[in-house]
Amino acid sequence: MPKLTIDGQEIVVENGMTVLQACEQAGVEIPRFCYHERLSVAGNCRMCLVEMERSPKPVASCAMPAGEGMVIRTDTPLVKKARKGVMEFLLINHPLDCPICDQGGECDLQDQAMAYGFDRSRFEENKRAVKEKYMGPLIKTIMTRCIHCTRCVRFATEIAGVEEIGALGRGEHLEISTLEHAVNSELSGNLVDVCPVGALTSRPYAFTARPWELRKTYSVDVLDAVGANIRVDTRGREVMRVLPRLHEDVNEDWLADKSRYACDGLSRQRLDRPYLRRGGKLQEASWDEAFGATRARLDGLSGDKIAALAGDQCDAESMLALKDLMAGLKSPNLDCRQDGAKLDPSQRAGYLFNTGIAGIEEADAILLVATNPRWEAPLINARIRKRFLLGGLKVGAIGVPKDLSYPVAQLGTGPQDLAELAAGKGDFAKILSAAERPMIVLGMAGLTRADGAAVLALARQVAEKFKMVREGWNGFNVLHTAAARVAGLDLGFVPGPGGRDTVGILDGAAKGDIEVLYLLGADEIDMSRLGDKAFVIYQGHHGDAGAHRADVILPGAAYTEKNGTYTNTEGRVQLGRLAAFPPGEAREDWTILRALSEVTGTPLPYDNLGELRQRLVAVNPVFAALDTRTPAAWGAFGAAGKGDAAPFGETVGNYYMTDPISRSSETMAKCSAELGLGPQAQATGTHG
Amino acid sequence: MALLERGAYGFWLGEIVGGMALTLRYFFKRKVTLNYPYEKGPLSPRFRGEHALRRYPNGEERCIACKLCEAICPAQAITIEAEPRDDGSRRTTRYDIDMTKCIYCGLCQEACPVDAIVEGPNFEFATETREELMYDKARLLGNGDRWEAEIAANLAADAPYR
Repeated sequence: MPKLTIDGQEIVVENGMTVLQACEQAGVEIPRFCYHERLSVAGNCRMCLVEMERSPKPVASCAMPAGEGMVIRTDTPLVKKARKGVMEFLLINHPLDCPICDQGGECDLQDQAMAYGFDRSRFEENKRAVKEKYMGPLIKTIMTRCIHCTRCVRFATEIAGVEEIGALGRGEHLEISTLEHAVNSELSGNLVDVCPVGALTSRPYAFTARPWELRKTYSVDVLDAVGANIRVDTRGREVMRVLPRLHEDVNEDWLADKSRYACDGLSRQRLDRPYLRRGGKLQEASWDEAFGATRARLDGLSGDKIAALAGDQCDAESMLALKDLMAGLKSPNLDCRQDGAKLDPSQRAGYLFNTGIAGIEEADAILLVATNPRWEAPLINARIRKRFLLGGLKVGAIGVPKDLSYPVAQLGTGPQDLAELAAGKGDFAKILSAAERPMIVLGMAGLTRADGAAVLALARQVAEKFKMVREGWNGFNVLHTAAARVAGLDLGFVPGPGGRDTVGILDGAAKGDIEVLYLLGADEIDMSRLGDKAFVIYQGHHGDAGAHRADVILPGAAYTEKNGTYTNTEGRVQLGRLAAFPPGEAREDWTILRALSEVTGTPLPYDNLGELRQRLVAVNPVFAALDTRTPAAWGAFGAAGKGDAAPFGETVGNYYMTDPISRSSETMAKCSAELGLGPQAQATGTHG
Repeated sequence: MALLERGAYGFWLGEIVGGMALTLRYFFKRKVTLNYPYEKGPLSPRFRGEHALRRYPNGEERCIACKLCEAICPAQAITIEAEPRDDGSRRTTRYDIDMTKCIYCGLCQEACPVDAIVEGPNFEFATETREELMYDKARLLGNGDRWEAEIAANLAADAPYR
């Protein structure tokens, strides 16, 4: 624990910290460009120079380890002069194009030039000009602005794990390049964030807005089950962009590309008014007409002929309102697992990512079963890679082999290989039994099969066999792909006694046993299996698969347009906030259900969000603990069985198009066309 | 004595004679009134009148959609929307000024890095309806084309002091 003096202030810092970090701890801000707290130290911008006693010249504080008895000064004329000199050199080749630069207003160079810049140039020679490089549909490059901090190169190699960005040439001729192809990473949007100048900017956002005219709303992402913390920037009613917000235990500083760039889908294909199917065609209707048609169909219908399915992006409030509505209609047929995953709702530990996302950093052996975390949860994959870079991590996988940006031992393809591992056979079994903190990650591809319950039981056997659940450590993890899933299971949006699950509801609808089906944003079910007998009510925000089949469409709000509670895959309860109002006549989802309950004659007992949230906490107390993971007790779940021999499939066929929002997004369409999904590319629900 | 003097002054209508003399003096002086609108007074090159969006001599519009004028406008009279043009350059798709909100402070002109938005010498743009005072981009560019000679001369005249 070295003790050093910074500007006359004595401070004790942890071992291994740099002078720059010590200064931060002492509350002294050091200007920097190349230094980034989550990347390796490069020390090439020289902006962080400070004066150190007994050193003949200023030292780069980002690269200087804090030592015992150091005396650092950051406010002397020498330091100021050194920084001014560095800034003048940086500005020699930096163009004066701030007015047309998208970074303008939030640019590190702009800000620091205000503090250390010289108001005229002494440089008489020609300025450097660099050709723009192509980096794909998400990143726009203006390479003349580059100041060679190499943050992007370090991010790509270290965090994203794709060695596709590099520096060519030296000195003034140094250029950052990808050799003219798109950056093939699902974390590439973060390059825009790490770039301290306007060399890498967001292509979809290009020229559309300035940071000072945006209203910033702190919210939570729902396009995957990680629950990344985001900041939604809106201008008027339009969401202009989505940026990550720091949360050490979830997403750190990063955000996956789909979550960041699918926001243009929020303004396309929207349902902005109720629709009613008349004579086989969907026609515009008023709320009264839509509710009237629903009531006419529900009147006198017994509860077991009614069913409800909740989609992947629903907030907990609307799911609870629908559950209560179904209880009022005396229907036991409801399910939030629209993909038919055989999860056991009675055992919370059996459907959570129990280790926690931050917990991955403590694991020393990871078994991935039927999952491709790189596409299902890129930020969790980035965590595993972060753990891998610390050294000593062994990863094995059962399922379709994939490049996950770290070495993975392929152990097999199907349930029989999992069963063998559970029996203790193979090399990886030895690794797991020797590991101090082993963990298993079970993907949805293993659970949505007909033998899903058997796979779940096998995974539990593996966890128990290798003592993955022990004092202070729970290594059993289910990796969800739906943001609404954990909340749905927590509040019991599952079949009641004698009720049908998703498969039962679909079969029932086809046979005519289910006469009215309520889809709350459920678009991922196979609509052709519904048949054409059932009366389908679709409540959602996009004109996707569900809306095409619907007989009544009730327009709801997307995740940026409502205050909602979401529980991520590790069971962390977080609040999403309203950033813009829903378009047209669309309303917040729980209010629609509340109004509908009035029409059906079973009014819900809450009139505002506060009362609804109280009811939510009454249903399951975990919803009271915001932003914390409530640990779940271990129990028995799954159904013993052998499992069939078919290899595990994939949950996410096309990373860029998994839900109604990303399917409506132009940017995501460009990405999936460009970023070579290759042979794995699958047709999606809206592929023409 | 003083009484006698005041009496004589009053008797000979001194006030009226003095007044008439002043009138007569101005009768022969040059006139200060203008026969507006046939005659107009001189304007400073810094005069802040009706807005105009200028073009470069090759016809390319100057405005680059940096939105500094929109940001600085104290009356929030300016609305801008932008997107990349087909050739990739940064241009406005919408540039509106609400002339009923504008307070003619000239800050937009000062903020503009490319001398695109200027307040020209025209002050005769009264309209019959309020709607006509909501200027759009076409109107502003039209103003620029119409007044370019005067605006350029004014900017040149004021350049040494800027």
